[in-house]
Amino acid sequence: MKLSERARSTPPSGIRRFFELAEEMDDVISLGVGEPDFSAPWKARAAAIHSLERGRTSYTTNRGLYELREAIAEHVARYGLDYDPDEEILVTTGASEAVDLALRALVDPGDAVAIQSPAYISYGPGVRFSGGDPLPVSTRPENDFVLTYDDLDRAGAADAEVLLICYPNNPTGATASGDELGEIAAFAREHDLTVLSDEIYAALTYEGEHTSIATLPGMRERTVVINGFSKAYAMTGLRLGYALGPSEAIDAMNRIHQYTMLSAPTTAQHAALEALESCDDDVAEMRTQYDRRRRFVVSRFRDMGLDCFEATGAFYVFPEAPYDDEEFAEDLLQAESVAVVPGRVFGDEGYGHLRVSYATGLSELKEAMNRIERFLDDR
Amino acid sequence: MADKLALLDILLEDARESTETISRQLGCDEATVEELIAELEGEGAVLGYQAVVDWSRVETDHVAAEVELNLELDRETKYADVASRIAKFDEVTALRLVSGDYDFDVTVEGDSMRDVSMFVAEQIAPIPEVTQTVTHFVMDTYKNRGLEFTDTDEDDRLSISP
Repeated sequence: MKLSERARSTPPSGIRRFFELAEEMDDVISLGVGEPDFSAPWKARAAAIHSLERGRTSYTTNRGLYELREAIAEHVARYGLDYDPDEEILVTTGASEAVDLALRALVDPGDAVAIQSPAYISYGPGVRFSGGDPLPVSTRPENDFVLTYDDLDRAGAADAEVLLICYPNNPTGATASGDELGEIAAFAREHDLTVLSDEIYAALTYEGEHTSIATLPGMRERTVVINGFSKAYAMTGLRLGYALGPSEAIDAMNRIHQYTMLSAPTTAQHAALEALESCDDDVAEMRTQYDRRRRFVVSRFRDMGLDCFEATGAFYVFPEAPYDDEEFAEDLLQAESVAVVPGRVFGDEGYGHLRVSYATGLSELKEAMNRIERFLDDR
Repeated sequence: MADKLALLDILLEDARESTETISRQLGCDEATVEELIAELEGEGAVLGYQAVVDWSRVETDHVAAEVELNLELDRETKYADVASRIAKFDEVTALRLVSGDYDFDVTVEGDSMRDVSMFVAEQIAPIPEVTQTVTHFVMDTYKNRGLEFTDTDEDDRLSISP
């Protein structure tokens, strides 16, 4: 069978080799998991069950259940975002579909798409699938991995059409304040960039409140905001996300969505509606647990002598590896059965770092930290 | 900065947690945690630390019953007077004044149904203020103190994911 150039030129995910290594071993404590260790709140699961019992198994309208879009509009108002459920909200099959649709709706072949880096592993391939050229824009540890005007300037992002950012960030755990986002916004306005802002971890912000770049002056009309239910509501397997943006962008995304996905999973939409209506306490409880683990992990790494910046969002820390990140991650896995992800998987800018997820129980985290400390002591 | 509510939350989750781990989670030093614990104990907010036991997994006979008590009080006697008398019994592991059809909700534990029945009949029912007892033996426990006894949730996540 002849495969397309697109398929042939898409390399396997950098995490796959690590996944395979970890799967072969027993007694592995994995700190390489990019999803919550909690289950979706029971009320949301119950709503999904009820929807199935009532036979709600048909397609919904392409844009998603209207009640859900209304609930999303109400929900994002807490971040100062104001979107019309009729025309400016699209419910998607996971935030991943929203990113894909946005790229396909906004990027022409040959367009440069600036991507804050290190970055979630799917952005680069997603840009290529849309015909665009990924342009990594390095963030630096000395700036706590927050993108600056200078970073964008240095990388040549002025020539890009779209800028893709993600705060709170996977893999670094960085968050961006209003002032810091202001620099990015100024650059976008100055160079007429459309911004794709992945805010899937917005609810997992530990110091202060999450700020969306779309709330800054002159940004609403040039920004598509991506969010969803996977991280905040621990609903990864239900595959439900959404996009917020100006009606012309959402309409364009919906035109692609109606031919590819038709509509997001109906059962998941019912679960999501219940999640928005009655699961704030569950989210707050999960956030509290993550926050404690975050402090614990950062403090342990620092005591081990590893340089570990104070991640303030998502559920990752991004410490410096004592030596080559890939070698270290492999050695650690072999010696102590602890899996962490080498930073280079998230782009060249991740070299020399490790992504450590604290989306796992405290007792396992304690054991993992003890094993890492023993590994470092035995070197 | 650590506060008592956050500390209580952690202790309720795992009362055996070390002060070192608690201090890391709360972002304070160990001395502060020890000080807060001492304060909570001194104020009587934390009365003790106990294991939550699923007796069905322990090779011993253990029976529990929820007993409804109705009382008739006079001018001289308050609920608290009767409660302090009932609470003295080791067999009584919980005692609450509740709203609704009866007054006291009492948890009684023993080695056998006979032990529990005899205790209620011989020690509780004769109390002058007690007008009625209704004993409900616990047949099975599914959740207690926030812990699910039949929880078999396994971590079925992929070992590495993006």
